[in-house]
Amino acid sequence: MTSGSVHINTDIKKKVSSFLVGSNKNRRFGDKLFHGLVFGTAAYTLFIIVIVVFSVGAGSIKIFSQEGFIGFVTGTAWNAVEGRESYGALPYIIGTLMSSGIALLIGVPMSMGVAYFLVEMAPSRVSGPLSFIIELLAAVPSIIYGLWALFVFRFLIKDWIETPLYNTLGSYIPFFNQAPFGLDVFTAGIVLAIMIIPIVSSISRDVMKAVPDSQREAAYSLGATRWETSRMAVFPYGKSGLLGASILGFGRAVGETMLVTLIIGNAIGPSAIPTTLFSQSQTLSSLIANEFNEASSDLQLSALIGLGAVLLIITMIINIGARIMVSRMVKVSPGGRE
Amino acid sequence: MRLSSSSNEEVTRYSPQTSDNDKRVVVAPATTQTKIKLSIQNVNAWFGKKHAVKGVSLEVKENSVTAFIGPSGCGKTTLLRCINRMHEMTPNAKAEGRVILDGVDVYDKSSDPAMVKRRIGMVFQKPNPFPTMSIHDNVAAGLKLNGIRDKKLINEVVEQSLKGAALWDEVRNDLHMPGMGLSGGQQQRLCLARALAMQPEILLMDEPTSALDPIASSKIEDLVQQLKEHLTIIIVTHNMQQAARVSEQTAFMYLGELIEYNPTRDIFKNPQKELTEKYISGRFG
Ligand SMILES: Nc1ncnc2c1ncn2[C@@H]1O[C@H](COP(=O)(O)OP(=O)(O)O)[C@@H](O)[C@H]1O
Ligand SMILES: [Mg+2]
Repeated sequence: MTSGSVHINTDIKKKVSSFLVGSNKNRRFGDKLFHGLVFGTAAYTLFIIVIVVFSVGAGSIKIFSQEGFIGFVTGTAWNAVEGRESYGALPYIIGTLMSSGIALLIGVPMSMGVAYFLVEMAPSRVSGPLSFIIELLAAVPSIIYGLWALFVFRFLIKDWIETPLYNTLGSYIPFFNQAPFGLDVFTAGIVLAIMIIPIVSSISRDVMKAVPDSQREAAYSLGATRWETSRMAVFPYGKSGLLGASILGFGRAVGETMLVTLIIGNAIGPSAIPTTLFSQSQTLSSLIANEFNEASSDLQLSALIGLGAVLLIITMIINIGARIMVSRMVKVSPGGRE
Repeated sequence: MRLSSSSNEEVTRYSPQTSDNDKRVVVAPATTQTKIKLSIQNVNAWFGKKHAVKGVSLEVKENSVTAFIGPSGCGKTTLLRCINRMHEMTPNAKAEGRVILDGVDVYDKSSDPAMVKRRIGMVFQKPNPFPTMSIHDNVAAGLKLNGIRDKKLINEVVEQSLKGAALWDEVRNDLHMPGMGLSGGQQQRLCLARALAMQPEILLMDEPTSALDPIASSKIEDLVQQLKEHLTIIIVTHNMQQAARVSEQTAFMYLGELIEYNPTRDIFKNPQKELTEKYISGRFG
């Protein structure tokens, strides 16, 4: 609010304005370049998807025309003998879904517990180091978990979980009625659970951390206890993120190959259908890994690629299903007006 | 819409639902007929080593509106959050002193922090409705939390609370709609309704209009005037006109200390302390 007019130096004014006009062209070019680069990266992802779908589709045409898509998906035989070749994917679809299902059933609640503890309960001097350890575990290559399971953990599972279950429930419930061996769907499921816990915990922790304190305080101010606050403010707010973390874990388990190959027992054909919890089985990806190098005929090769196609379809269904679930659950987008 | 019933002499008609503890000692000063609802005694609060509230003592009369004013960072919010034991929920935060509600210290070992919050409601600076809940469920959240399952009762309380927050007419046909779909001012009144549904005896409001436009703000101010018939209100504001409009008592804080606590009229017309005078006349620095 000073009195007196502002003195304008016309020289400076000219220089500044000429600079402003002159620089505009370069900036437009920069804008275009950036636009182009970003567009290129987006196009790249589309390109990859098309290539993958095309290759898998082309590779599996042979088996689908031989067995029919439905026939392949529901078939149980896996016979590579020349002249009597016949391939079906059903046992491995079941093996995949069952081992991943077990992993999900065990891994997701554990991960939620870990994340909840880190965010809502642990003091920072505990949660900091613990988070760090979990990040480290998430970075451990899955083959390491596989080797550990093969040489150490499977014996523990067999002696401490499987055998007691078999002894107590085996004669009543068919699902437990098989003398356990240690290399089976159950062990695979548990080890897959161990594998996915770090990453699912870590993402869930981030999701819970992202819940604003104002939400927690809203619940506290109504007289909610700590647990009630989580139920009222933290979980609903983070619902879609937590679901996303779980789906990511499921996706990892479904696609995991080497770890499963080491411990699932690698059964083939109708016997690979897990009729009990302790059956030897096989997953889509583990069978591909086991046989791809030794495929003796074009048809067998095509059948293996066909397994890949089925795996691709399963993961797509899971993802689309998850998206639908998320959009149903999150009826409200924050800030949106209707 | 504004009610003009702000006389201090008015004897209280409203008697809050008494909780079942009979230890209550009513502290009634001889000088006035109005009951002291809340007595803050030598309250100190810390964030880690930071001493944010320094030995504050003041008394709040029932069915009155008390304003906390002072420059940003002087500890208004922190003091407010000490009253319903919200302060201690912050990591590393600590509070000391006594906050006597109807003769019983809320910091007493026997008192449950969650229970304290049920009796002392709170409206926050930024509207914070639960985003995944409908308007109805937002208001009913506290009731359900406390085990009320009677649908009819819940509906009644929801209606009454929304009316109390002057939101009923605007949302009566959209109760199932998400609370986040409302405008900022409506969201803040929704949060007010959510607090009112708990039938609190005291309502703490932390700059409830700072995120709102002038029209929405004046609605909240009107509500404060109406609500004090039924409960005791403490409002934090950095808007001095607002303090002058809505409150009977004003506490001026500076650097964590309570500088002056007097009838609002006196604070603005005839401040006792130089600091107060400087602050209300806008000469601060
Ligand atoms: N969560 C927190 N952690 C550490 N210090 C805080 C926190 N919240 C507030 N403070 C400090 O405490 C003091 C009082 O803050 P506050 O009560 O929010 O002030 P006001 O509401 O009057 O603006 C300020 O100096 C502020 O920096
Ligand atoms: Mg504040």
